[in-house]
Amino acid sequence: MMYSEKVMDHFMNPRNVGEIENAEAVGQVGNAKCGDIMKMYLKIDNDVITDVKFKTFGCGSAIATSSMATEMIKGKTVKEALKLTNKAVAEALDGLPPVKMHCSVLAEQAVKAAIYNYAKERNLVYEELDGFNPDEDHDHHDHGEEE
Amino acid sequence: MNKRVYFDYAATTPMKKEVLEEMLPFFNIEFGNPSSIHSFGRQGKSVLDTARDKVAKTLNAKSDEIFFTGGGSEADNWAIKGVAFANKAKGNHIITTKIEHHAVLHTCEYLEKEGFEVTYLDVDQYGLVDVDDVKNAIKDNTILITIIYANNEIGTIQPIKEIAQVAKEKGVIFHTDAVQAYGNEIIDVVDLGVDLMSISAHKVYGPKGVGALYIKRGTKIHQLIHGGAQEKRRRAGTENIPGIVGFGKASEMAYENIEDHINKLIRLRDKMINELMEKIPYTRLNGHPTKRLPGNVNLSFEFIEGESLLLSLDMVGISGSSGSACTSGSLDPSHVLMGIGLSHEVAHGSLRLTIGDFTTEEDVDYVIEKLPPIVDRLRQMSPLYEKVKGGNK
Repeated sequence: MMYSEKVMDHFMNPRNVGEIENAEAVGQVGNAKCGDIMKMYLKIDNDVITDVKFKTFGCGSAIATSSMATEMIKGKTVKEALKLTNKAVAEALDGLPPVKMHCSVLAEQAVKAAIYNYAKERNLVYEELDGFNPDEDHDHHDHGEEE
Repeated sequence: MNKRVYFDYAATTPMKKEVLEEMLPFFNIEFGNPSSIHSFGRQGKSVLDTARDKVAKTLNAKSDEIFFTGGGSEADNWAIKGVAFANKAKGNHIITTKIEHHAVLHTCEYLEKEGFEVTYLDVDQYGLVDVDDVKNAIKDNTILITIIYANNEIGTIQPIKEIAQVAKEKGVIFHTDAVQAYGNEIIDVVDLGVDLMSISAHKVYGPKGVGALYIKRGTKIHQLIHGGAQEKRRRAGTENIPGIVGFGKASEMAYENIEDHINKLIRLRDKMINELMEKIPYTRLNGHPTKRLPGNVNLSFEFIEGESLLLSLDMVGISGSSGSACTSGSLDPSHVLMGIGLSHEVAHGSLRLTIGDFTTEEDVDYVIEKLPPIVDRLRQMSPLYEKVKGGNK
């Protein structure tokens, strides 16, 4: 299994690691049983994500996708951030090994989970969150069998 | 990268130059097929017998009890399937443990599909099998007990002699997968009383793709590979002469100064375990504290995941392995770590560093210097670590 240089760069030098005190939006997905937990903190000012931090328990790919996702949503509006897809995160990292695509799904879900909580507290409705449940098991750990 | 240090001897060992030198002529100069009657063939037969003698000597076995195979997995497959099918009339029950190597576990699972019944014994928190559990699991239809000598992940050494005694009393054949123990333990098959034992060359600084199965005289076993009359008609296929020659040399060298080898490894192992556990909080030692392979260090670092730890170590030139699911490609972390009762999150954060002949004290010091800040960096990134920092643990 080979990681791209970008994955390794974001793993070794992750951007936006940490917490934001009094963040407007905080979301967490995954569980320790599966070996991946991502927690996102968003600072939202006037519907714009002005700052974003993350914490991740997981493999190299989980850390790299978290890092890349934070970079991709910083400065965007909430609605724009909700359009972030796992595929876009993976492409921005020059691809992920097939067994690691679940990490990019988790990164997308972590952003959505934070915004879901933000919307819930403020009674906001985003159609992009229709049917989204942050507590759902996202089937993010289907590694398959290596040859 | 500053330097490269190898700490994955349990996965494979580098071949010693003396072994390579001994093998080289048999690729192209003395290349005869031992089954041929001409002088080239007779030469091949002669070196085959010499290598067999060398391997037999290290185990206190007789030469005609050593059968060369294509490696440890083949030896395990042969022992288990061979005994199962040869003794089917007597019974169909096999006893093993939950922490065997996959070569044993997957073979047992295959046999279950073929109508055999398998009991998978639990182990304790250190990975030890209870001899009474083995005794109690034996039934009238039990034909085979197969228990690993020393676990490949956590290094725990089983009470093989006691288990062999129990098996003997009940008239059950006993096989042990000694791939990890061979070259790291003094092994006497007569004293131990085992019927079958698997060993492999590439764990003792020999070549890959060659192993052996010790079969005690009189043990009822079917052959696994059919074809020609090689290996006394019990394992067909033209012998891998260069590999077997290398295995013979590597075995001989492994047991030349075995006590010095063991003592050196224990000293480096204990230094590494003690200093890492002292420097890094929330660390646990996996496996038995004393009944463990001399070169095995297996630690779990809470709140972090093994693959990210391995990648970070690799960036500073340290090669190790982990029982994390992310490195195994399976859904769950290592069955061995789960088998000793670790929680998923602790099992995910395991690191195995195995020491060998070429490990130096400086290499160990290098790990002791580089590992703590890496663990700390990953913990600072981990949401699971927040509770500890807040004093909530």
